[in-house]
Amino acid sequence: MTMSFHADAHTEGTTAVMRMRGELDATADVALLAAHDDVAAGGADELLLDFTEVDYINSSGIALIVTLLIDARRAHRRVRAAGLSAHYRHIFEITRLTDYMVLDDDGTVRDDDRARTAREEAAHG
Amino acid sequence: MAGRLERWRETRRARRQAGSIVDMPVPADTRLDASPADISPDDPALVHFQNAGGPVDLDDVTFDSDAVRNLRDAGVKLVVPLVAQGELIGLINLGPRLSEQEYTSDDRRLLENLASQAAPALRIAQLVREQEAEATERERIAQELRVATLIQQNFLPRRLPEPDGWDIAAYYKPAREVGGDFYDFVELPDGRLGVFTGDVTDKGVPAALVMAATRAILRATAQRLDKPGEVLSRVNDQVQPDIPARMFVTCLYGVLDLESGRFVFANAGHNLPCVGRRDGAFEARAAGMPLGMLPGQDYEEAEVTLAPGETLVLYSDALPEAHSPQREMYGFPRLLGQVGRGPRGPQLIDHLLADLHAFTGETWEQEDDITLLVLHRSGATHDASAPRRRRIAEFTVASRPGNEQIAVERVIEAVRDLPLDDARVERLRTAVAETTMNAIEHGNENNPELHVEVEVYAEPSALLVRVSDHGGGAPPGPVEAPDIAAKLRGEQTPRGWGLFLIRNMVDDVHVTADGDRHTVELVMALQGG
Repeated sequence: MTMSFHADAHTEGTTAVMRMRGELDATADVALLAAHDDVAAGGADELLLDFTEVDYINSSGIALIVTLLIDARRAHRRVRAAGLSAHYRHIFEITRLTDYMVLDDDGTVRDDDRARTAREEAAHG
Repeated sequence: MAGRLERWRETRRARRQAGSIVDMPVPADTRLDASPADISPDDPALVHFQNAGGPVDLDDVTFDSDAVRNLRDAGVKLVVPLVAQGELIGLINLGPRLSEQEYTSDDRRLLENLASQAAPALRIAQLVREQEAEATERERIAQELRVATLIQQNFLPRRLPEPDGWDIAAYYKPAREVGGDFYDFVELPDGRLGVFTGDVTDKGVPAALVMAATRAILRATAQRLDKPGEVLSRVNDQVQPDIPARMFVTCLYGVLDLESGRFVFANAGHNLPCVGRRDGAFEARAAGMPLGMLPGQDYEEAEVTLAPGETLVLYSDALPEAHSPQREMYGFPRLLGQVGRGPRGPQLIDHLLADLHAFTGETWEQEDDITLLVLHRSGATHDASAPRRRRIAEFTVASRPGNEQIAVERVIEAVRDLPLDDARVERLRTAVAETTMNAIEHGNENNPELHVEVEVYAEPSALLVRVSDHGGGAPPGPVEAPDIAAKLRGEQTPRGWGLFLIRNMVDDVHVTADGDRHTVELVMALQGG
């Protein structure tokens, strides 16, 4: 079975928007990390991960997102996520990824306070 | 020109060496209308063109050659051989010059230069085309295998009958190159159950199609006619005219009277049924020609009556014909012995498979589909209040990364009639994907020779999905729970979410290991159950 994943990044003001498409699994690493390199090079102080066109995320995909969060923490970059389905919002919650990123969209899981605390923690190392 | 080159490649493959024509643009009034001319391998023109070292004026050719004659007939005056790595790979052919003058030495030098540059490019184009054709062929074969598997598995019964007083179990494991095994049950009036099992003597899509057609005819005929011999005779007459040459179908069809335990059957060249009794086992005999070989066949009937506690076993060739590493055959006597000694009831399947694997050793590559049916007369009637379990799907996937998606789709298809809301279906998807991924990657180490087996059971209040691999050994001990904060601090690897996700997506998880088999059972409560 051929998995496919695409990611590209562009900057809107001080926010880098990384738009992803396809299946976020182990085969997505090259495309995702390449797009993230562009984000890192641009020096944005906020990263918005757009999952609107991502239809599958597995444990390897979660691990890749953790890798992005590690980089963001080092670079003192805030992270937001948008476009997650209810199922994946639930997964982001139970894995506590939401402690370190704000989820946009309809406020279903939005927890700005918790994420802000985490950002402050990150900012202070 | 592409079409001509293509034909050139095909011809070259077929004959190892041959020639063709590549024509180059020339003024319209002198355009050659020559179709590609094949040069036979023994035509002297082949060697002549290959070794010419430049353009060849056909007027200067003195030897007798069909190819040269054909070229001349097509109006060709001058041919420019295209040679790459010492091999003639094409010709540029030209008619007479517009001026009706001879080709000059400058013309020839130009053409020679052109040929020396065109030949390597042409060769590369040919190699690319060849590789593309080979890749397409590989994909076609893989696709055919997928289609055969799909046909095969879609025609196996999704649910087994659960008549009072009987335990019925089935096991089916396809070989790598899918064979044509099939089995099915037909519920008949007056408390009778039709049972058939068969094998098409071929593999791949043709066998799967014959299997599907035979099964459909058998099911329809079994519902119209009572006597198993007449059923097989009628099916044979319908199948025989259309079955491809050298293909036939072995089949055993029987009718089981659920009340009395009487099993009347007829046999079209299939393996004889085994009956396991308290004091051993025996084969019940009935003979007949396989379906599809000759028209107008009669099939004798035989019968055996199963008392409570007795078991009937139907099976395909793969079991008795399996080989040990010393090339000994498993054989019918051993099978009969194991049926005699083994447990009665559905657990006899596990017993026979364990004995088969002990006999064949771990390196055995399954040569054919394995089918095993066990019909055990327990004598017990089902207590309506007791939990009852039914298997709603059973299949395998090869251990290739990405195949977890196939498993997910099959499981979701199997549970679509169960009371699960969308959110729970999504969680089941994730749990099955992660479990199957673990089985492929860790249990079977991404070895595509090894299969991950998936079974799906429905109980009144719960759904069970069992995913088994060949990881073996004891069940893994507790693993460190993933801690996002620790991961961000670099104290844990970013990975390690699989088991965590599985445990959080379903209501319970059981992990067991038995011999080389490692099984994860996912339990999800059913709504309203």
